[in-house]
Parts: sequence; C-alpha cells; structure tokens
Amino acid sequence: MAAAAPLPARGRNAPESARSPGQDSGRRDFLHYLIRKLAAAVISFTVLLVVGFIIFSLMPSDPVAALTRGRPTSARQMAFLVKQLGLNQPVWERFGRFVADTLQGQLGYSWQFQTSVASLIAQRLWPTLLLMGSATVVSVVLGIWLGIRSGWRPGSLIDRTSTGVAVTLWSVPTFWLGIILLVLFSGGFGPIPPLFPAGGMSTPGTAGGLNPAHILDVIRHLVLPCLTLVLVIFAQYQMIMRSSVIDELGSPYLVTARAKGLRDAEVRRRHAVPNALLPSVTVIFLQVGTMISGAIVVETVYSWPGLGYLTYQALQIPDLPLLEGTFIIFSASVIVFNLLADLLYRYLDPRVRRQ
Amino acid sequence: MTAVSTAAVAAAPPRLAAVRRFSRAFVATPTAVAGLGILAGITVLALAAPLFIHPSELSVVNATGPSLAPPSARCPLGTDQSGRSVLTLLIWGTRPSLAIGVIATAFTMLLGTASGLAAGHYGGIAGRMLMAVTDWFIALPALPLAISLAAVLGQGDTSITIAIAVTSWPGTARLIRAQTLAVEARPFIERAKALGAGDRQLVFRQVLPNVAPLILVSSTLTVAGAILSATTLTFLGLGNPTDVSWGSMINQALGDGAVTRGAWWYVLPPGIAILIVVLGFTLVGRAAENILNPRMLREL
Repeated sequence: MAAAAPLPARGRNAPESARSPGQDSGRRDFLHYLIRKLAAAVISFTVLLVVGFIIFSLMPSDPVAALTRGRPTSARQMAFLVKQLGLNQPVWERFGRFVADTLQGQLGYSWQFQTSVASLIAQRLWPTLLLMGSATVVSVVLGIWLGIRSGWRPGSLIDRTSTGVAVTLWSVPTFWLGIILLVLFSGGFGPIPPLFPAGGMSTPGTAGGLNPAHILDVIRHLVLPCLTLVLVIFAQYQMIMRSSVIDELGSPYLVTARAKGLRDAEVRRRHAVPNALLPSVTVIFLQVGTMISGAIVVETVYSWPGLGYLTYQALQIPDLPLLEGTFIIFSASVIVFNLLADLLYRYLDPRVRRQ
Repeated sequence: MTAVSTAAVAAAPPRLAAVRRFSRAFVATPTAVAGLGILAGITVLALAAPLFIHPSELSVVNATGPSLAPPSARCPLGTDQSGRSVLTLLIWGTRPSLAIGVIATAFTMLLGTASGLAAGHYGGIAGRMLMAVTDWFIALPALPLAISLAAVLGQGDTSITIAIAVTSWPGTARLIRAQTLAVEARPFIERAKALGAGDRQLVFRQVLPNVAPLILVSSTLTVAGAILSATTLTFLGLGNPTDVSWGSMINQALGDGAVTRGAWWYVLPPGIAILIVVLGFTLVGRAAENILNPRMLREL
C-alpha cells in the first residue's frame, strides 16, 4: 500500500508543475512530495501495526498457556488472566487497544525482566546506536574509498583484490565471522595475545560515567563487534560506489576536465567523485535494515547490551511482548530512515526535483 | 532482461536450441563448472551420509571421545564438548542445511512467481496493491520479521522454513513482475491476444516459458541466501534443539564455552562449509545469469 497511495497524486501534479516552473511552484512541489512521502510512511506504519498484531496477538494459539508455562495455575487464575489480557474481547477491539497503546509508547510488560518493554528498549537503545553508528561511519569511509579506487581503474589489481575480498566477506555468515574474530583476538590464539575483551560493553566493577578510563574501556569493548559489522557491510558501499564511478567514466565532462589539463587525481577527486557520491549517500539510509540484522547477530556473539542482544534474550524464553517491542522499534526505524533517504535524495539531486 | 527472451525465441527450433546453447556456454565457463562440481559433491555427501554414519555416533550419550580434543588421527577435526567427532557432525549437518535451503527456496519461488506473474499480468488496482504489499515487505528488516515469525511458530525446521519463505518472496516477486511486463510488451503476446488467447493461456503458455529461465537463475541465488538465513536463525536458537546442523554447531560452540577455550576446530569447519555451499550456488547462479543476460558481462 505504501507505493500505491502516492501514484495517483504524482499523475495529478506532474503536468501542473511542468506548466509553471518557478520558485513558488518548486516549493509547492516539495510540499506535495513531502506530504506524499509522509502519507506513504504513515501507511507503512499502519501495515506494520497490522502485521505485528497478526504475528503476536493472533498467531500464538494460547498466550495464557505460554505465560503460565511451568507454573501451577488454577482455572480461576487462568480465567482472570484471559480477562486481564483482554483475550475474551472481539479482535477489532483488541486491535484498537493495541494501536492506541503502541502509539502511546506502551509496549507491554516483559515476561522475563518484569519491567515495561518501553523502558527496557530505552535502556538498550544507546549501546546499539553507538555500535551501529560507529560501524556505519567506518564502513562508509572504507567502502567509498575502496569503491573510488577500484571504479576509477576497473580490472586493475586493486579493483580485483578489493572486489574479491568484499564479495567474499559479504557471503560469510556474520555470526561466524564474529566468532572467528573472537577466537583470534580475545582468547589469546597462538602468537596473538588476548587483545580485546570477549564481550559486554565495559569491564564489570568499573565505574561508569564520562571519565576517560571508562570511555577507553568502552572503546576497547567496541572494537571487535564494530570490526565484524564493518567487514560484513562495507562491501555494499564499495560495490555501489564502484559502479557509479564506472558509470561516470565515459562522461563528456570528464573529457573536458582532462582537456583543460587537470591531473588524473584532480579529475577524479573534483569532478567524478562528487557526481558519483549521490547513490552511496542515500544507500547509507537504505542500509538500516541490513545494519539491524547484522547488529542482532553481532550483539549476540559479543553480548553487547543493545537492542539486538535484547532480542536474543527475548528469543530464549520466548518473551513475546519483548520480541514484539523490538520488532516494532526495528521496523519503525527502517520506515523512518527510508523516508529520510527519499527526502535527502530529492534535496541532493536537482534532477529528481525537476521531474 | 529482455535478452533472456530474445535468446529463447530467436533460434529456429526455439527452446531446444536455446537449451543447447546455454549448456555449451555454461560448460565453457570455468566458475560455473567449479560451482556445479561443488554442489554435486556436497549433494552426494549429504545423500550418502547415512551409509557411513550411524545415528549413535551423533548421540551425546554414546560419545566416547575426550571433550574438546584438538584434531587427531582418530578424529581429523577434533571433538566437541561431549566428545563427538566434529567431522561426523559436519557431514551430517549438510543434510538439514541443504534441505531447509532448498525447501524454503521452493516456497519462495512459488509465492514470488505467482504474485509477480499476477501483478505483472493484471495491471490496475489489484496489480498495484499486490506490488505495494511486495514493496512493503521488501522495506521491512528481514531478520527481525523472521525471528518474530519463527519465535511465535515455535522452535523447529518448519517454522524456520516458513519464516525464510515469508521474508524472501518479495524480491522474487519484483523480479518476475518486471520480466512479465517486459515479455507482455512483445509482439507475440499481441498476436496471441488477437488469436483469442485468454488470461490463463497468456500467462501459462506465453509468459511463463519466457520467465522460466529467470526463475531458475533466481532460485539458485535464493538457495544461497536461504541457507545463510537458516543457519543464522538456527544460530540464534530457533532450530530444532536435537538436530545436528551447521548453525546449531556454531550455536553450541558459543554457548558451551568452546569459543572461549579457543577450540577453533569446532568453530571453523561449519562456517567454511556454509561458505563453500553458498559459494557453489552463487557461482552457478551468477554464471547462468551472465549467459542469459549478456549485458551483465560488460558491467562486471
């Protein structure tokens, strides 16, 4: 439904904007565009709520049995639970209450932690943001740099090596790569001393806060999980940057730049790269889904106390309200970042604005 | 993508000649042959495993070896924490990993092809709605959705298979829809319509044969992805706990302290096995893609 909604709107607006090009219509066009994309995001979010409701409220055959598993429960207690969970109400009413609760940030109570899911998620959000943010920065820089190098001279040694390495790492299972790095660098393997801690976010027993020792400790814990994510993800940026640099190679403006007598490195840096950067920049936002999948696995391997590890912990029970909360948070952030990518692309590329 | 249909239609006795040309080009591609060799070898190993591995060798109770012993003459890949030979586990693990990958791919292809054909053939509101649902599923993060589905459905291979199929069909649907649109724009469809062909005749006799090569290529690549997803879900603890598979081996290695004790012989082989199988499927799929679509070759 996300894509169906905007289609008629685009058909109506296109001729109008073509007739009156100018500052004012440009702004109106942008408003139309913004409203259309916002509407699409809202529809996506609605579908997300429907899917979440189906998976977590309709599919489990007997939530009360799952909740009371392994505990002696009387029939009266069972009946009370059914009433408390609202399972005796019609599906539509339950869905309405679920939507209202979710919009107010009430994601239910975790069965295993005995606290509200929302507070758990808030607690675990920062470690995940730290991990995903640092991994994104490193892999974008590395991927784009390698992509420029290999795209500028396709078929060269650096191209073949970096493309081969990137594709191989891309097809390695993330969790296995993490474990291999763990064995190599944290346990002390052969001549390699134990360089980095095996898991967690800081050494237990040390004081938190913003003192330098603690920050250094967190960074030491961050190195291996971040490295694992980077190794798996940089291939994306490398491949995209490479192909968009190759696309620019034959462009007439590069011939002009060379004819002006610019050196090769200058032609690359000042003319080809700015034009080729565009797709990679928006891909950063579109990669959030992949990053989330990677983070779940990497956090599990390194017991990094973020949302991914929380998902893994929820999975072991299985703690359905907690799983539902993380599912909604992950999917909602993908929707938000897709929206940002759309808006950013329009801002960065004037050609999209004119269409 | 139009090159697929051109190749199939242009030759004089159309389909057979195309198949012959395809196999000739396939055999001439070293990577394709290597990939096919890998897949053949592993399939034989998986099918023949019960001939030389007795179920008792996989049982934790009957294991005789020392716990987490490094590779030796008796156990070439060492032992796990309960004393089972890692080599035996590795060979046996081929079976569930391949089976889940192939079955999940079959479901993915069925779902993806059906909705892709329908969305491409029937335009209008129905087709657009179908594509909107597909787009929505593509945008969703696959792993959290698969985890949620598998968790609600309960541990086991069935729920993993369903979770993979549900999360991976949209890609196929989009691909098939694009190809359906391309095929339907060609003159022979108009001719068939003029001769009075109905929807069913058009879709199954005219469009489907022209989309089929693409389905085949895409399924080879999907198997690779499905095997990766299956091992990931098993690693996260969603698999059948009594089963021996590559994902569960790595799960146990991490859970039971083999990793912290530096037992590389227990961690390394299942990962390399996954890598080899995924590589095999990817090589075959990419080679077939290149042969069917000459435009790709220039880009690589």
